[in-house]
Amino acid sequence: MNSDSKLEDLPVASAQGGLPMPSRLALRGITKQYPGCLANDRVDLDIKPGQIHALLGENGAGKSTLMKIIYGLVKPDRGQLYWRGNPMQIADPSHARSLGIGMVFQHFSLFETLSVTENIALALGTPAREMKTLSRKIADVSRKYGMTLNPERLVHTLSIGERQRVEIVRCLVQDIKLLILDEPTSVLTPQEVDTLFVTLRQLAEEGCSILFISHKLNEVQALCDGATVLRGGRVSGSCNPQAETPSSMARMMVGDDTPIATEYVKVEGGAPFLTIHGLNKSTHDPFGTHLKNLQLQVRSGEIVGVAGVAGNGQEELLAALSGEEPVREGDCIRLGDQAIGHLPPDQRRRLGVAFVPEERLGRGAVPTMSLRDNGLLTGFLQGLVQNGMVQTQKTEAFARSIIDRFKVKAGGTHSQAKSLSGGNLQKFIIGREILQNPKLLIAAHPTWGVDIGAAVAIHEALIQLRDQGAAILVVSEDIDELFQISDRICAICHGELSPLRATAHTTIEQVGRWMAGDFVEDAA
Amino acid sequence: MMDIELVNNVLQAAVRTGTPLLLVALGETVAEKSGVLNLGQEGMLLVGAVVGFITTLTTGSLFLGFMAALVAGVLMSMLFGVLVLKLNANQYATGLALTIFGTGLSAFVGAGYVGQPVTGLEPIAIPWLSDIPVIGNALFNQDLMVYLSFLATAALFWFFKSTRGGLIVKAVGESPDSANAIGLPVLPTRYLAVAFGGAMAGVAGGYLSLAYTPLWAENMSAGRGWIALALVVFASWRIERVMLGAYLFGLASILHLVAQGLGFSFPPNLLAMLPYVATILVLVMLSSNPARNKLYAPVSLGQPFFKST
Amino acid sequence: MIKMEPRQESSPWMPYVSPLLAGVLTLVTGAILFAALGQDPLFALKTVLITPISDAYGVGELFVKAGPILLCALGLSVAYRANVWNIGAEGQLLMGGLAGSALAVQFTDSEGLWLLPAVLLCGMVAGMLWAALAALLKTRFNTNEILTTIMLNYIAFNLLQYCVHGPLKDPHGFNFPESAMFADAARLPLLMEDARVHLGIILALAAAAAVWVLLGKSFLGYQIQVLGRDSRAAKMAGFKEKRLVWLVLLLSGGLAGLAGVGEVAGPIGQLVPQISPGYGYAAIIVAFLGRLHPVGVTLASILMALLFMGGEMVQIELNLPLALVGMFQGMLLFYLLACDVLILYRIRWVSPPATQTL
Repeated sequence: MNSDSKLEDLPVASAQGGLPMPSRLALRGITKQYPGCLANDRVDLDIKPGQIHALLGENGAGKSTLMKIIYGLVKPDRGQLYWRGNPMQIADPSHARSLGIGMVFQHFSLFETLSVTENIALALGTPAREMKTLSRKIADVSRKYGMTLNPERLVHTLSIGERQRVEIVRCLVQDIKLLILDEPTSVLTPQEVDTLFVTLRQLAEEGCSILFISHKLNEVQALCDGATVLRGGRVSGSCNPQAETPSSMARMMVGDDTPIATEYVKVEGGAPFLTIHGLNKSTHDPFGTHLKNLQLQVRSGEIVGVAGVAGNGQEELLAALSGEEPVREGDCIRLGDQAIGHLPPDQRRRLGVAFVPEERLGRGAVPTMSLRDNGLLTGFLQGLVQNGMVQTQKTEAFARSIIDRFKVKAGGTHSQAKSLSGGNLQKFIIGREILQNPKLLIAAHPTWGVDIGAAVAIHEALIQLRDQGAAILVVSEDIDELFQISDRICAICHGELSPLRATAHTTIEQVGRWMAGDFVEDAA
Repeated sequence: MMDIELVNNVLQAAVRTGTPLLLVALGETVAEKSGVLNLGQEGMLLVGAVVGFITTLTTGSLFLGFMAALVAGVLMSMLFGVLVLKLNANQYATGLALTIFGTGLSAFVGAGYVGQPVTGLEPIAIPWLSDIPVIGNALFNQDLMVYLSFLATAALFWFFKSTRGGLIVKAVGESPDSANAIGLPVLPTRYLAVAFGGAMAGVAGGYLSLAYTPLWAENMSAGRGWIALALVVFASWRIERVMLGAYLFGLASILHLVAQGLGFSFPPNLLAMLPYVATILVLVMLSSNPARNKLYAPVSLGQPFFKST
Repeated sequence: MIKMEPRQESSPWMPYVSPLLAGVLTLVTGAILFAALGQDPLFALKTVLITPISDAYGVGELFVKAGPILLCALGLSVAYRANVWNIGAEGQLLMGGLAGSALAVQFTDSEGLWLLPAVLLCGMVAGMLWAALAALLKTRFNTNEILTTIMLNYIAFNLLQYCVHGPLKDPHGFNFPESAMFADAARLPLLMEDARVHLGIILALAAAAAVWVLLGKSFLGYQIQVLGRDSRAAKMAGFKEKRLVWLVLLLSGGLAGLAGVGEVAGPIGQLVPQISPGYGYAAIIVAFLGRLHPVGVTLASILMALLFMGGEMVQIELNLPLALVGMFQGMLLFYLLACDVLILYRIRWVSPPATQTL
């Protein structure tokens, strides 16, 4: 891979003489420095009219910064952006929109208490008196592109997939020339992904350029006809995905020295350890999900994966399992033959339960506390407290051993949790739980937003814990991850659980149907 | 049996007493809808009161007095606004600081004016309307500021119901990050909302010292700024309910008039507790159901907003 | 152009520099203010800061005032560490003074050694009960403690006025709103002759030491701090939020109650309408200025006591209103909050970005 040097050598000035065939969007030498991190380093990028172009890279490679620069949310320190051949400085998102640039965010920029029309009007600058016209236009556009939407609905009543449609339609009601989508498939079921791709191809045929940001290589290969790969803020290669293999693109993403996902041996597990039986739980949260009659068993020495689109009851299930929201009928959740559903978190921990929550900063770890104090957060049962007093040296040693054993990159035990990168903090949190030798580990979204190196390390740690005989339950939105590490898999939808199957005996398509709520067993 | 005269007087006094609460609470509702919690209402009220009073005393003009109170309120709120919006200081602590500072400042500035007389705002009976039984006298035999408070309530109701500006304030209060991502001006919106809150609190202070009492005394707001904050919660951030709540609190504050009118005598210090007790009771009734507040409260209330550039 | 740039880690030393910086800024502003009022600024500052403690009596008086402020601020520090915004120290203090007085006036002829401990305990319990109301309202009914504690302050003040004008008024007192003088056995013993400094300051320092152990060494203190910094982490770890809220409110209420009963059983010796010049509110500033740490809070309460004395001195010597104290308090807190920005941000002076030329 010598593409690095070649692109570096390309002088910014070469763009001056006019590009040979005017790209819809061209970036030259875009550089953005944040304190302690060079987010974009002399990035070049070209998107042709009607092209579906992928921006590839793992977490932290600089994709988000780059797209925020294109959309006018962030100003580059250096470099030049060309829009349809002309140098351009994009002042803010409304300027970007007036040029015909639209953006679909990974974390939707929607307002839950407002209606679909109000949401779209806010972004477009529609005066209040033209709301009726806008409503009609939304209905027309959504029909044309096969994305049914009721413009009067309040956003908080919509599913995640429908909310994404609002984001997309918001771009389409304008005259759109370039549509940027940030990890759009991470919130969809496999079937919804296919539907989205049909829409995107239709748009491209009409001449709209699309910048598709993703780290999922098979999707990029299925959809895109051009790709730019970022690594550590720099362009590490550009290619035509149709002419590449997923593994060759993966190499461009992670470089030569990082191991890429391996296959793990699937196992059967031993006796059932965690048993969920007839778990019902209604929520007081008006935006929450009720859990309905859940049944699930996790055996010692196996990993069970729960797939699902966000907001289908995962949070409620996890809170019931961790003890943050205990259930009244304790018998619904059993550890071996002991009812634990009514117990608070600390008492469950005493029985050998460990828990890794979804939020790392602000639940899994206290952002402004040191790693030493964050070790104590759940490690207090490991002899770190005597007579009500914190044993400073033992606490220090515990944090030290987490950092050493799990290769956490940090200044030391005194570093604040918030100063760590996502991957390193996650290694610390998972390490903290594993060092307590749990009999049951519950992990929520263990690798979201972490770099591939950390993800591999976390997966290996989970597999090792499994092989020592612990029962492990992993809840994740990343279906590829679940197929990789779980021995058995199921999905959650609208607060209900699908059947549980050995991962080897199911397919991504089937789990995709479960994620959409279709639990009917195949005729076979 | 209460006679009609007493009912008329009590209702009229309830509206009058509720008016400063209404003004403060309207302003704070707007600020809170944009996501900013300003606990400095009491300080802004007092500074508005003293500045308005001194201005009228020296110029003889009630109009100038109210204008000066308004400007004083805005200046005070900007002290808060810069700390909270520019420097991302904690909103609770900064609001408290504003109250402590305003209480001290007003007492210091007003020390030489205690007990001096001004001619306050006089009631103007509106022909026809003030003759409506029961509510006529209460609503339409009042001073100009009461009528302006009606107008302000109606205007804000319309602002949030059917203008783009209202929509932007709500959006910024629900999710400043989303608002920023689609290019809405988060910080300017919040500055304006906080300044509006300051203006309303300043005018309310002016109302206390120029119409309600009318005189200046140290600490004369007597917790009205805090009660107005509770009122916003009571109203679930809805304009029409702010008005209703303000008059109910006004009524609770003048129950001693009713008691006297009915011939009871209570120790005045015990009766003076009533509005505070009522506030606590109202908070209990309104807050016990967390789901309800989750539906209505501005989601980002009290959270700082960090804009990356 | 000034630019604020977030620090990757909070600055380790800014938390200590910031209060000093705020103090200096307040002094500078004060000097300017005095000059604008036509006073000699240096003389005025000397009147505030040095004249009050220029003799032994003044130093003793400093500790008389620092005691109740310290007690209140210690309790508030623990509460604020748990992110419980108790603004009610003033009310809890008043209730402590009121309840202690109610007991003491029953035994104006007693010489029993039991009387003083009983009076102090009575005041503490009253402060705790007053704070318990706020705890009940918060944990059971989910009400905002800022608003409820403020309301309870107003209620306590009116209750005290009612009692001192009514049931607790000295029947032989010519109808003055004052209770009878307490028996000597109900008074806090003096520490020095010729000064009013009494046992209260020793109790306050002992409380500071206890709070230091609680926050710095104990697992309970750790739980309090986790709750305050990140309540979801506390819940995840299984710490009992409601129990901790009760604990910090009872603790701060008890200490404020002790401060209140210490005033009536100390320098005042009877119940009067004004038993506190706003110690409970000043303690809020002291808690922040002292970084919610017992040592810092101790130093800050001495400073605040000096400010109270300086205000009185300025009133006497320069004929300026006493309200100056409140204004300076507010200013100090404002400056502190502004300087605290430097904990999370560093300030850079940058030249405006050059316009790009192609």
